Amino acid sequence: MSTETMPARGFNLSKDDLGADILEIAMGPHHPSTHGVFRMDLKLDGETVVDLKPIFGYLHRNHEKLAEDIPYPGSMPFTDRLDYLCGMTNNWAYALSLEKMLEVEVPERAQYIRIICAELTRLVNHCLLIGFFINDLGALGTPLLYALREREKILDLFETLSGARMMVNYMRFGGVRCDLPDGWLEECKRIVDKFPAFLDEYETLLNENEIVITRSQNVGVLTAEEATNFSITGPMLRASGVNYDLRKVDKYGIYDRFDFKVPLGAHGDCYDRFMIRMLEMRESIKILNQAMKDLPDGDIIGKVPRVFKPAAGTEVYGRIESPKGELGFYLVADGSTNPYRFKVRPPSFINLTALRHMCIGHKVADAVIILGSIDIVLGEVDR
Amino acid sequence: MSFTQEEEIDLSPESTAKAGVILSSLDWIYNWSQSNSVWPLQFGLACCAIEMIGTAGSRHDIARFGAEVFRPSPRQSDLMLVSGTVTKKMAPQVVRIYNQMPEPKYVIAMGACAISGGPFKQGYNVLKGIDRYIPVDVYLPGCPPRPEALLHALMTLQKKIKNQKTLGKNITNPAYKEGRRIYPVPVLSGDDLDPPYNPEVWTPPAKNPNVEDGCE
Ligand code: SF4
Repeated sequence: MSTETMPARGFNLSKDDLGADILEIAMGPHHPSTHGVFRMDLKLDGETVVDLKPIFGYLHRNHEKLAEDIPYPGSMPFTDRLDYLCGMTNNWAYALSLEKMLEVEVPERAQYIRIICAELTRLVNHCLLIGFFINDLGALGTPLLYALREREKILDLFETLSGARMMVNYMRFGGVRCDLPDGWLEECKRIVDKFPAFLDEYETLLNENEIVITRSQNVGVLTAEEATNFSITGPMLRASGVNYDLRKVDKYGIYDRFDFKVPLGAHGDCYDRFMIRMLEMRESIKILNQAMKDLPDGDIIGKVPRVFKPAAGTEVYGRIESPKGELGFYLVADGSTNPYRFKVRPPSFINLTALRHMCIGHKVADAVIILGSIDIVLGEVDR
Repeated sequence: MSFTQEEEIDLSPESTAKAGVILSSLDWIYNWSQSNSVWPLQFGLACCAIEMIGTAGSRHDIARFGAEVFRPSPRQSDLMLVSGTVTKKMAPQVVRIYNQMPEPKYVIAMGACAISGGPFKQGYNVLKGIDRYIPVDVYLPGCPPRPEALLHALMTLQKKIKNQKTLGKNITNPAYKEGRRIYPVPVLSGDDLDPPYNPEVWTPPAKNPNVEDGCE
C-alpha cells in the first residue's frame, strides 16, 4: 500500500478504513454522568457519535395525574419535587398560574420576598450546574465541592425561612407562607455580599482554563435559528444569542422595577452555556441587592378565598423564567376544587430535545458534557 | 541457638503489646475494618440523591466515616444507597445492579420514596418500597432526609456490621452465611411488575379485618 492510499492516521480512521461496524451502546440509566436516571442509546463509529436516542421515563412519578385528584393547594408541595434543585421557582410558577386564574392580588412585600427567593434559587442552581459541568469535564470532586459549599449557605437561609432545605413549599396563592424571621435579611445580605468573591475565584480558575476551553468551545453548537425551532428556553437559548428572558418579556411579579441585564452568548456552544450561567449569577446578585434594599413592610399574603373553586371552563397558562428556562403550568378548571387538567411545561424536557442534534458528529466524551451543559433534572423531564 | 527454659516466649498481653503484637478476635478486626471502609455505589435516583451529594460535600463530609469513595461501578461497592423514587421502569435495573454487587453488600433505603413510595405512593407508576425486591438493612425516613440523617443511617449500618459474626457456629455475616445473594429481576409487563414482590425478602402485611379495603 503506497502512502497516498493509506488512511490518515489517528482519529481520522473511519469504519470504512477498518472494515469495522457501528457499535451500539446504552449509557444509563445508572451512569454517573447522566445526571440521574437518563439513558442514551448511542451508535458509535469508533469514538464518534453517529446516532443518539434519548430514553427517559425512569422517573415518571405521575405528577400530573396525582394533581388532578387533589385540590389546588395540595399540589404545591409536589411542585417542589419537579425540579428538585429549584423548589422556590417551581412554587412561584404554580402560584402564579392560579393567581392568574382567580385574579388575586399579591401584596408588595410578598412580591419582593418572592423575587429574593427566586434569585437565591438561581444562584443555587447555576453554581451547582457549573460544579457538575466541570465534574463532567473530568475535574472530579474539587470544583463541585466549592459549589456545594456555596449552596449550603443559601440552603441555610431557606431552612430558616421555610423549615426545609430543599422541599421548601414556601409560596402560597396570593403571597408567601410566613414572614422573614428576625435577622434573616442581614444574614442574606452577608451571604450575597460574599458571593461575588466565590464567583471571582471560580472565574480565575475556569474561564481561561486551557482544558475547559479546548473541551467545550465549538462543542455542541446550536445556532439561534435551531434553538428557536427546538423551542429551547432559558440560559441555553440565550447562549445561542436570542434575547428572550421572561423576566424582561413578561415582567411577571415586579421584575420591571429592577435594573439588570440579560447576558447573551454568540456561538451557542458549551462554553457559552457555561459562561452565560456565570454572568447570570452576577445579574442575580444585582437584583438581590436592589430587592433587599427596597423591601417594604406590609402584608405577606393577599385576600384569597378559603376554598379555590375556579369557574368551569377557565383555562390559564402561567409561566416564569425558572433557572432552567420557561417553566409553565397549564390549568383547566371544571368548577370543582380539583383541576380538570394539570399540565407542566418543564424547561429541561424541552431543552433536552436538541440533544441528538447537538451530539451527532462529536465524540462520546463530548456527548457527556453537552448533556451536562443542557442542565437537566430528571424529576422535571419525566415528571 | 537453643531456647532454655527461661527464654521461652511470654505470651501475656503486656509483653506482646510491648513487642508490637496485638491480639484480637478475627471477627472484631474484620468487622472493624469493614465498617470503616464502606464504599457506596454512586447511584442517584431522584431528589434524595442531591442530599446524598450534599453529604459528600465538605460541610457534612462523609469521609469522616470512611464512606467517601463513591464507586460508579456496582462491582466495586459495598453499599447501595437507594436514594429516591423507584419507579416500575427503574425497579428491574435496581435489582440488576444489586445482583452485580459482590458480597458483603448492604442496602440503605433513603427517603420516603424508597421505603414506601412516599408522596407518590398513590400513583400508578411508583414502586411501593424497594424492600419488595431486595433486602434493606437500614431504613432512613425523610423527604428528603437531611445529610445528618444520612450520616446517622451510615452509623447505624456500621453498628450492624460491627455485630456480625464471621466465624464459629452462628454466622451472621451475610457474605459467609448464604453466599452471594442474587434475586430474580422483575419484568415490567402490562402496567405492573411481574412478580409484584419477591417472597424471599418480603411478605405482604396481614390484612386488618376491621378495615374494609386497606390501602396497599
Ligand atoms: S423521598 Fe422525597 S425527596 Fe426523596 S426522592 Fe422521594 S420525593 Fe424526592
